[in-house]
Amino acid sequence: MANHTQEPLLEVRDLKKWFPVSKGFLQRQTGFVKAVDGVNLDVQAGETLGIVGESGSGKTTLGRCITRLYMPTGGKIIMRADGETMDVSALKGKELSAFRKRAQTIFQDPYSSLNPRMTVLQTVGEPLLVNNVAKGKELEDRVTEIILQVGLRVEHLQRYPHSFSGGQRQRIGIARAMVLNPKLVVADEPVSALDVSIQAQILNLLLDLQQKYQLTYLFISHAMSVVRYVSDRIAVMYAGKLVELGPKQELLSHPKHPYTEALLAAVPKTSQRKRGMRLVSAGEPPDLANLPKGCVFVSRCKYAAEICQEQAPVLRPLGSDSFVSCHLAESLTLQGI
Amino acid sequence: MSAQESVAVSSETAQQTPIAQKKRSAEERYYYASQRELIWWRFTRHKAAVFGAVVLIVLYLCALFADFLSPYSMDTRFEGYQAAPPTPIHWIRPDGGFQPYIYGLQRKLDQKTFKWIYTEDTSKLYPLRFFVRGEEYKFLGLFKTNIHLFGVEGAPIFVFGTDRLSRDLFSRIWAGARISLSIGLVGVFISFTLGVILGGISGYFGGVVDDAIQRVIDFLLAIPGLPLWMTLSAALPRDWPTLKMYFAITIILSVLGWTGLARVVRGKILQLREEDYTLAAIGAGASDWRIITRHLLPGFTSHLIVSITFSIPAMILNETALSFIGLGIQPPAVSWGTLLQDAQNLTAVAQQPWLLIPALFVIATVILFNFVGDGLRDAADPYQR
Repeated sequence: MANHTQEPLLEVRDLKKWFPVSKGFLQRQTGFVKAVDGVNLDVQAGETLGIVGESGSGKTTLGRCITRLYMPTGGKIIMRADGETMDVSALKGKELSAFRKRAQTIFQDPYSSLNPRMTVLQTVGEPLLVNNVAKGKELEDRVTEIILQVGLRVEHLQRYPHSFSGGQRQRIGIARAMVLNPKLVVADEPVSALDVSIQAQILNLLLDLQQKYQLTYLFISHAMSVVRYVSDRIAVMYAGKLVELGPKQELLSHPKHPYTEALLAAVPKTSQRKRGMRLVSAGEPPDLANLPKGCVFVSRCKYAAEICQEQAPVLRPLGSDSFVSCHLAESLTLQGI
Repeated sequence: MSAQESVAVSSETAQQTPIAQKKRSAEERYYYASQRELIWWRFTRHKAAVFGAVVLIVLYLCALFADFLSPYSMDTRFEGYQAAPPTPIHWIRPDGGFQPYIYGLQRKLDQKTFKWIYTEDTSKLYPLRFFVRGEEYKFLGLFKTNIHLFGVEGAPIFVFGTDRLSRDLFSRIWAGARISLSIGLVGVFISFTLGVILGGISGYFGGVVDDAIQRVIDFLLAIPGLPLWMTLSAALPRDWPTLKMYFAITIILSVLGWTGLARVVRGKILQLREEDYTLAAIGAGASDWRIITRHLLPGFTSHLIVSITFSIPAMILNETALSFIGLGIQPPAVSWGTLLQDAQNLTAVAQQPWLLIPALFVIATVILFNFVGDGLRDAADPYQR
């Protein structure tokens, strides 16, 4: 789907993750919450693909399916690394372990993502230990090397998480994700739990590490201001679906989907001139267990036409390198930043 | 955190710091402290809990060394001393010197009430001696000895009086403590094993297994405890040896005891399974076994210890209740519950109030366990957000 000549590192095809909903005394299954519903995207080696959307749009679920923390309900995830092609959702045993060495996750909450009963050395060393990569002295050396990289100090090794600040904890989480030397890192809202002053430090650390280790990032965030700082391309999610995907500059200055426009309008402005044009997208996202027949955004879209009620749009190419899922994309002139 | 500064550092954490000994601040020590040390520090700040723990340890030691501590064996009868009141111990000799001693007892029958009246015979005093030779017993079941902590030569000493069969209540209470105090531990151990295994299966695997186990628990919780225990223990053959009876009663008490613990374990596993650090371990490729033992179990051992501390006294009370109504431990075995059987009728309580002393031991033990449980809970909780 992308125009790149090189084969993408990651291909996601029609990915679905439906969580069963059961009700009543006998726990009868009454339906599904369609957290991720038919997502297609490619991730090129070395790029940062930002995924943005509001809470409950399925960003985190998408990220967790890609690193196989969740088993997808349907669709395909193909990863190509070191000359191997892996069908991620079908992996088992040794192959799964090989995949895990190449795809790691940075978690959102620096408090719950560290086991309070393990020292930094044990936490960061765990991926090395369970994958039989290193142990003993060698493990200690590798852990020391990586924690110096993320800006911690050697004397931190034997400390427990309760002695660290949020920013330092997130550095530990980053070290744990990096220690296996992965190709792909899914950063799931890595800075949203941190103070603004710390956010910049962590983002710069992530960018430094990307350069040093040629990493590919899938950067998930609800904050457009954070995503635009780190991403090469941006994908916008709404109600479990991709509504727009495009190169950063293009998407920011010429949004093609009304939801992207609304998201951009919500980014805090710095110049006086641009203020006062806030575009508020009223209403709530649809119930994921009971999606509308037509476009998922129809209830909040101020441009909605009759076709939007009737027919669900599909993600289609528009212009160079951009994709949008809107019936009216060609006829709308939307406001960027 | 400042209050932790006063707490001494353990030697192993001290070694890990390369900085000079004097420079190491209390804060530094706090950084390197494991969860266990943090809990221990908070526990030691809880005065009532520390007091409870110390006294309980003393109680258990006394039960362990009951033979040595008590002047007589639990079955020794003192003819002519039926239902004697506690022997008064005097401290200052008539000639002014300090020495603990007792007088011999004389008794006569009150012709109106047919009650034995005991009076002290002050003509001769018997000094209280320590490490005296008395009845032979097997020390901790290892070797035979006849040395008792204290005793009196020439006259019997009844610290807590005697029962109607003229046996020394003090010696019997410590003999009973062995069964009463240990049945809580053994019973809770059985409940704990059942609870952790079934609760763990229920929480970790979920689905149909979870539903089935939870319905069984619902059912067991709906059965009134006392009638069930009564039925079960009434069904036990009366002629079983003491040890067999003891274990049978323990198992009967544990039948219902594991349900609460299983619920705690299941809830904790459900909660910890969703923690990001568990997901991170899955993402790192850790095995199920490693996730359970390294990430899930340590997360709630402190909670388990707390619930265990609270269920031991419940178990002790249940044993006492069963034995009191005659369906638990059977004579000649002795527990605090069987001792209290003697205090079942009103005349006994009115005329020999010392027969209620075992009840004081039960109450004290339960309260002490609750102190310790409170302290442990306060110490363990803050890190379980």
